[in-house]
Amino acid sequence: MIRVVMPAHLRTLASFHGEVQLEVPGAATLRSVLDALEARFPMLPGTIREHVTQERRPFLRFFACGEDLSHDSMDAPLPDAVVSGAEPLLIIGAIAGG
Amino acid sequence: MSGVRVLVGTRKGAFVLSSDGKREKWDISGPHFAGWEIYHVKGSPADPNRLYASQCSGWFGQMIQRSNDGGKTWEPVGNKFIYDGVPGTHQWYDGKPHPWEFKRVWHVEPSLTDPDTVYAGIEDAALFRSKDGGQNWEELSGLRKHGSGPRWQPGAGGMCLHSIIQDPKNPGRLFIAISAAGAFRTDDGGETWQPINKGLKSLYIPDPEAEVGHCVHHLAMHQARPGVLFMQKHWDVMRSDNGGDLWREVSGNLPTDFGFVIDVHAHDPETIYVVPIKSDSEHYPPDGKLRVYRSQTGGNEWEALTRGLPQSDCYVNVLRDAMAVDSMDSCGVYFGTTGGQVYASADAGDNWKPIVRDLPAVLSVEVQTLA
Repeated sequence: MIRVVMPAHLRTLASFHGEVQLEVPGAATLRSVLDALEARFPMLPGTIREHVTQERRPFLRFFACGEDLSHDSMDAPLPDAVVSGAEPLLIIGAIAGG
Repeated sequence: MSGVRVLVGTRKGAFVLSSDGKREKWDISGPHFAGWEIYHVKGSPADPNRLYASQCSGWFGQMIQRSNDGGKTWEPVGNKFIYDGVPGTHQWYDGKPHPWEFKRVWHVEPSLTDPDTVYAGIEDAALFRSKDGGQNWEELSGLRKHGSGPRWQPGAGGMCLHSIIQDPKNPGRLFIAISAAGAFRTDDGGETWQPINKGLKSLYIPDPEAEVGHCVHHLAMHQARPGVLFMQKHWDVMRSDNGGDLWREVSGNLPTDFGFVIDVHAHDPETIYVVPIKSDSEHYPPDGKLRVYRSQTGGNEWEALTRGLPQSDCYVNVLRDAMAVDSMDSCGVYFGTTGGQVYASADAGDNWKPIVRDLPAVLSVEVQTLA
């Protein structure tokens, strides 16, 4: 079971409170976790990754276990602690706009 | 009892302002989609409870929201705006080719007859249509591909398609406008398009009378007289009596002919409204006086409407989609400002008062007249 923490605006958009728990088939990567997240919440495609390129939107970052995974390959294995559910994958909105 | 519903899009959410036919007391609901930019909210003429909203954010991109109960509850629908085919390039600010990139939806325009059909005007400029209530969107790419597309260039606010007008007497005819490409018309439901910019003179572009390249800020039309169009251009207020084939200037005695909004009285097609703004580098009213100007002669002769509006130290702007009229017996006129005020007049502009004073900057105002 993979745990995902979404930014507040996306939780509101998805009408979901708290931490998402996802069953992710196959290898747990950023891509497979986001695929599972978007399958669970059909309003989310396009909000985290661009529709056409499937690239991370510029003002969002991915963190886990104190590490910034934003520039890792979307197909790289996630840390064991995320795969085991010990640590969540954090989707963070950049502090910007000031 | 009949009433009105004012749909307000702001930099930080949407608001729904409701009143009875007297338009004296208002209920304010919102913010809906708090924290998101709401470029536009508009109701279906065929089903006033069906609303569409364009919700966007620099962080999370574009959403389209739909309501089936007049804005009490909302559901996100499709947000996939994919250009048809290989998008190609338009001109960037420096004149170099730049790839077409989707940025946001500026304007949603529900069909006059079908609540599930809705048009969307986007940046970078293109026209999209959904026939299933906003779930799926297809580009009417004949517009972007009609030939001049590679020469289109963004205005300072982005290359946005901001005006979409349907001809109620001719379902195949649509008018659209793009900043800064100009106005275009289709007579076959969006398959083919032609620029309709003859008569426009824009002294700030290399060829002031070019086929395209004019910074049109907004278009307006009276439903009973679809051949007559009004335009607030970057500078100049313009009028066409032949569906855009030829324009003539009707700025007349306006204190400045720069501005963004233009609209037409609900019952008198010769009565039009603008809000003059000082200049393109000073986006506020001349002399710090917020004045709506009304012409009852279809242009050229204008009177200042000031009663109830601030006449000193006012430096707000009124953006291109932020004026609307209701169709009550005594026509109501509404506009919103970048200072967060929404002003209303229940007597065609003679007297004004704010419905609300302290919203986030207002991006758009639409009105529904409810039976």
